[in-house]
Amino acid sequence: MVRKKKCVAMLLAGGQGSRLYALTNKIAKPAVSYGGKYRIIDFPLSNCVNSGIDTVGVLTQYQPLVLNDYIGNGQPWDLDRAFGGVHILSPYQGKLSSDWYKGTANAIYQNLHFLRQFDPEYVLVLSGDHIYKMDYSRMLNFHILHGADCTIAAIRVSPEEASRFGILNTEEDGRIYEFEEKPKKPKSTLASMGIYIFGAQKLYRYLEEDAKKKDSHNDFGKDVLPAMLAAGEKMYAYPFEGYWKDVGTIRSLYDANMDLLGDPPAFNVNDASWKIQSRSPLSPPQYLADTAKVNNSMVLSGCEIFGTVENSILSSNVVVKRGAIIRNSIVMADTVVGENAEIEYAIVDENTEIGDGVKIGERKESGKGIAVVARDLTVGKGAVIEGGAMVEKNVAAGEEVKK
Amino acid sequence: MKALGIVFSNIHDTNLPELVRMRTLASIPFGGRYRLIDFALSNMVNSGIDKVGVITKRNYRSLMDHVGSGKDWDLARKDGGLIILPPFGDRDSDGLYNSRLEALKSITGFLQHTDEDYVVMTDCDNVCRIDYNKVIEFHRINKADITLVYRKSSSEEDNAVTVTVTPEGRITNLKYESKIDGEQNVFANIYVMKRSLLRNLIMDSLASNYTHFTTDLLVTNLKAMRVMGFEHKGYFAAITSLQSYYERNMDLLDEKHRHELFGDRSVFTKIRDSVPTKYGACAVVKNSLIADGCLIEGTVENSVIFRGVKVARGSVVKNCILMQNTVLGENVTMNCMITDKDVVVRDMRVLSGSENHPFYVPKGTMI
Repeated sequence: MVRKKKCVAMLLAGGQGSRLYALTNKIAKPAVSYGGKYRIIDFPLSNCVNSGIDTVGVLTQYQPLVLNDYIGNGQPWDLDRAFGGVHILSPYQGKLSSDWYKGTANAIYQNLHFLRQFDPEYVLVLSGDHIYKMDYSRMLNFHILHGADCTIAAIRVSPEEASRFGILNTEEDGRIYEFEEKPKKPKSTLASMGIYIFGAQKLYRYLEEDAKKKDSHNDFGKDVLPAMLAAGEKMYAYPFEGYWKDVGTIRSLYDANMDLLGDPPAFNVNDASWKIQSRSPLSPPQYLADTAKVNNSMVLSGCEIFGTVENSILSSNVVVKRGAIIRNSIVMADTVVGENAEIEYAIVDENTEIGDGVKIGERKESGKGIAVVARDLTVGKGAVIEGGAMVEKNVAAGEEVKK
Repeated sequence: MKALGIVFSNIHDTNLPELVRMRTLASIPFGGRYRLIDFALSNMVNSGIDKVGVITKRNYRSLMDHVGSGKDWDLARKDGGLIILPPFGDRDSDGLYNSRLEALKSITGFLQHTDEDYVVMTDCDNVCRIDYNKVIEFHRINKADITLVYRKSSSEEDNAVTVTVTPEGRITNLKYESKIDGEQNVFANIYVMKRSLLRNLIMDSLASNYTHFTTDLLVTNLKAMRVMGFEHKGYFAAITSLQSYYERNMDLLDEKHRHELFGDRSVFTKIRDSVPTKYGACAVVKNSLIADGCLIEGTVENSVIFRGVKVARGSVVKNCILMQNTVLGENVTMNCMITDKDVVVRDMRVLSGSENHPFYVPKGTMI
């Protein structure tokens, strides 16, 4: 018997995420922390597993160390399988040619041999850029029911936002007749979510043809999908309703985190029917001292809190010393916040040491934006970091960092 | 020198009848996210012992569920790793041992088919951090036949075995006491000896018809053999009664004890995927240890809260231990309570034990 899989997912995780600036200096965008215990890639991976897809190729390229480490053998997502499971696919040297992944389509083209060993009927293409819960098996049923060659997940966006997205113009039954990439005057508000299902053989053919074109960007959105449409392939838009957030910018990442707070939250990760799995830290329970004040916040194990935390998200092992105040902020794992330090409207990345009396960020109302402190840094005593500033190197005691 | 680990999961069950009704002593929840066996296994693993047999007797489903394949302790190995030793019945017995010695008799095969020189045996009612390499080194230097780990008690304790230690470290007497007070040398329920000696002792005891390891075998051999005492000096939590279970949990609210046990983040436990804990807009939490996956909207003070606990608006929890998935409705008042897993307390209830007599609510109770 030849073993095969019905559907294999290919997760594009090689992007730098340059609009996250300091947060992706050392790590790839899908490895960026979210909601205290998650990394962005937990969402597509958990969605796959919850949708019954147990074979996932993760295409990495930019700063893959943290991401590879994190995925490991896939055990936290139950993706350590005898046949299938998660596979890290990095660019490689070949006998005839060796190349970096030139575009999203090229990344998958270079790994067609990976896909072929599972001989799937369908290929699901995902990106590691979004926070959402989605049942891909429903989308696959839709794809099969419509006899489609390609199905693109789509979500309604507001008319003002529509010009930031790839817009799909469809017939009444969902069949796509036109793409508009970031149109100035969008004809519809149905935006592509960057999630595609292809009939495997069709995908192989178009990727091979695309690879032969010298002037191609080797990109799904720019080249492969338009080529399929022009050739008259059956392409459908699968309408998705629910929470879906791009976390490609500092602002959108911040907002998506804050969507977890409040009662009820805009986005609920505590959903027994759709668990988001992640690699959990091995830390003792969090400790809140007599002097602690923690309100409307999410806090993870290993934290020790002696100060005040409001409307904030703390990842594992964060220490908040006496008198320190953290408001409307995100503080990532292993960071230490010194005594009487104040953090307001800011993102402080992993393993950073904030000295006593440091001031980071300013109230949202100041209009200066979100202050960001990158990972593995030291911010000396009494330093002041202005709202909207981006800190990428150590800050000396008493230093002032302007936006 | 390689050592084999043996963990007794059911010994001393009788000290904590309430908590072991549905589980082994080894799988009693402790410290917000752990089970007692986590400390025994973590000490083994952190001392480089990678073959550990866990002796079970009954009610060990919860234990099996907790340890699984042993991977969370890095004990899922091709060679060695975690080995559950269930009761072994033959024609003459039903396999349910009544003492440590009988338990050991039932695993002679396991003790034989292995090549480690030493054996480290521990119970699970002794929460501490200990490096067994140091104990084995002490054992070798002192040319001991058997080394027992002991520690100094500081306050009142129940169900203790006191040891008499000579200035050069030799143990001359062992004595069971139902209650002790003040500073005494107390056995920590950890044994180190050569594997070959353990096998011989078991064979001899079969011939002599001994039934108890400590009272028969050890005590009668204190003169004939060189039994040494290794003093453990760090934090030590003896879980020997419901009262001490309560107090030792509360110990962890003290930064010193907590950091000693968990400071280097090397106590392993089963990893579950809980969401981060959420604190509501009106939450007031003081001096408490809180696991992941909780939703705290009321007041919590001086308490240890396990994962998945919900404390609704207006509820006040003081000096309590709330185990996994305890759910408190609105305006509940609780003081000095221990709730086992899956307890539900409806709105407006008022429950109270006292500090020297915490009130225990069994698993799954609805109040």
